[in-house]
Amino acid sequence: MVFLAEHFVRSPQWTWYILFYFFFAGIAGGAYLVGTLLRLSGDARDEPAARVAFYVSLPATLICPILLTADLGASWWKFWHMMVDVTPGDTGLNFKYWSPMSVGVWALLLFGFFVTVSAVDAWMRNRGGGIIPMVVNRAFNIIGAIVAIFIASYTGVLLSVSNQPVWSDTWVLGGLFLASGLSGSAALIALLIRNRPDAGFSLGRLHQADGYFSVLELALIIVFFITVGAAGALARELPGCRFGPSPWPGSPDLSSRRAATCGCGPRGDRAPSRGCVSTRSWSPSWSC
Amino acid sequence: MAAIKAGEEYGFFTDTSICIGCKACEVACKEWNQLQGDSPAFLDDSYDNTGSLDAQNWRHVKFIEHVPDQSATAGNGTAWLMMSDVCKHCKHASCMEVCPTGAIIRTEFNTVFIQQDVCNGCRNCIAACPYSVIGMNQETGTAHKCTLCYDRLQGGLEPACAKACPTQSIQFGPLAELQQAADVRLATLHSQGVTQAQLYGRDDKVYGGLNAFFLLMDKPETYGLPNADNAKLPSRNDLGGYLGAAVTAVLAVIGGLVAFRRRGTP
Repeated sequence: MVFLAEHFVRSPQWTWYILFYFFFAGIAGGAYLVGTLLRLSGDARDEPAARVAFYVSLPATLICPILLTADLGASWWKFWHMMVDVTPGDTGLNFKYWSPMSVGVWALLLFGFFVTVSAVDAWMRNRGGGIIPMVVNRAFNIIGAIVAIFIASYTGVLLSVSNQPVWSDTWVLGGLFLASGLSGSAALIALLIRNRPDAGFSLGRLHQADGYFSVLELALIIVFFITVGAAGALARELPGCRFGPSPWPGSPDLSSRRAATCGCGPRGDRAPSRGCVSTRSWSPSWSC
Repeated sequence: MAAIKAGEEYGFFTDTSICIGCKACEVACKEWNQLQGDSPAFLDDSYDNTGSLDAQNWRHVKFIEHVPDQSATAGNGTAWLMMSDVCKHCKHASCMEVCPTGAIIRTEFNTVFIQQDVCNGCRNCIAACPYSVIGMNQETGTAHKCTLCYDRLQGGLEPACAKACPTQSIQFGPLAELQQAADVRLATLHSQGVTQAQLYGRDDKVYGGLNAFFLLMDKPETYGLPNADNAKLPSRNDLGGYLGAAVTAVLAVIGGLVAFRRRGTP
């Protein structure tokens, strides 16, 4: 049965800080996973590229909490409330497994540990000896890679676990973000090693992996449009079309009934949005 | 009304059939809660100039002006619909479900309350609220919404909006009493032939029941309210979202292992 959700929500206005957080979380998680896969599946000649991957994931991870904290605005100094509940008489640690933001905070902390150890280890290895024996390191990387997969994907799930139009009409976003992060980080690592003779062996293999990740991403984008279309969100977001973006959203085929229920118009940011906010970004003038 | 006691359930019954759109509730709310209000603006498709509930508007009289032009029956002209909208204080609250800081709590009056000293402005609740109730106050960096006059209740006073409402469209009281009053009012309207009148949030079909529930003069969608089929909690997407990510992860790992597989000896 197709679930035709109608939405009457306001946009949370997660803008640039959060957009860049999504990007860097994808690169950080993707690079860590690529590094781990290079170490697990590749041979000794892939080790230099794997170390580059762990190098990449460290700064990409470190910038994430900075962006998230900056997004809190005037309350930035209360970032730690994500972890500690300071409700008077009910203090304790916060963890809601059903709220991706709550899980994500802890995952980011955990991932920071894995990334730091792996990057320092890679740095030491480039200078003679790692801090962890390779056998233990592989196990460490595998556990870290699981956290990395979570970091690269939970942001998409977080968007879906809401009542926002489009976001909450699909189950694809988490996977899409992961595939996108993997593809981007594979390409970035390939870019970084292109002038390094010691890592040159991995270049073609990274291109091949990037190809697979891109195909996966493309497939997920198609599934995304199918799920959103099936939920009726596209028709709602882009009035006048049924299952795909119509050439000109805002085409005037709206019934007066629709205008009445929508209750929206070009009212600036305070418009009650039943998906009207995103419609605005598609078309400068629209009738709803 | 009997004394307000902690431990009892309180709420609003907003009867839109007698709302005259005077916005006294909005003014009283701003006065008591010291809300500055947004900068005045003309909203060019409506006589309403409040727009929507947000950090500065905890009551908002919605004007539903786009009604058909012809009379429903002879001698019975058309009328705009007015509805004094407010936080619904849902039994199963979407905002409370996603809040990562524990700032959103249920009070001793069974209302939903955002603790300003705990909230850190992540805005996850804004993405979750299906009623577009919560707004971000940029000055404090926290999420704001109706508190159901928590401070007044603690002092034994009814909320400012209910106190100010000149038509008793907004009624405050113990939830059970309000539900009883709503049933009586609905029966009266139906007996007068006003068959389109219906209660919204009186039973548990919408978010487990609303502490601030309504008598509407049309179907919920007309007022921009999700109907019983659409009123879903954000957590419905947890399983699907994580499963989608897990399947993608398996495919991506296989792809990576294939691309990086050993080909001969170094």
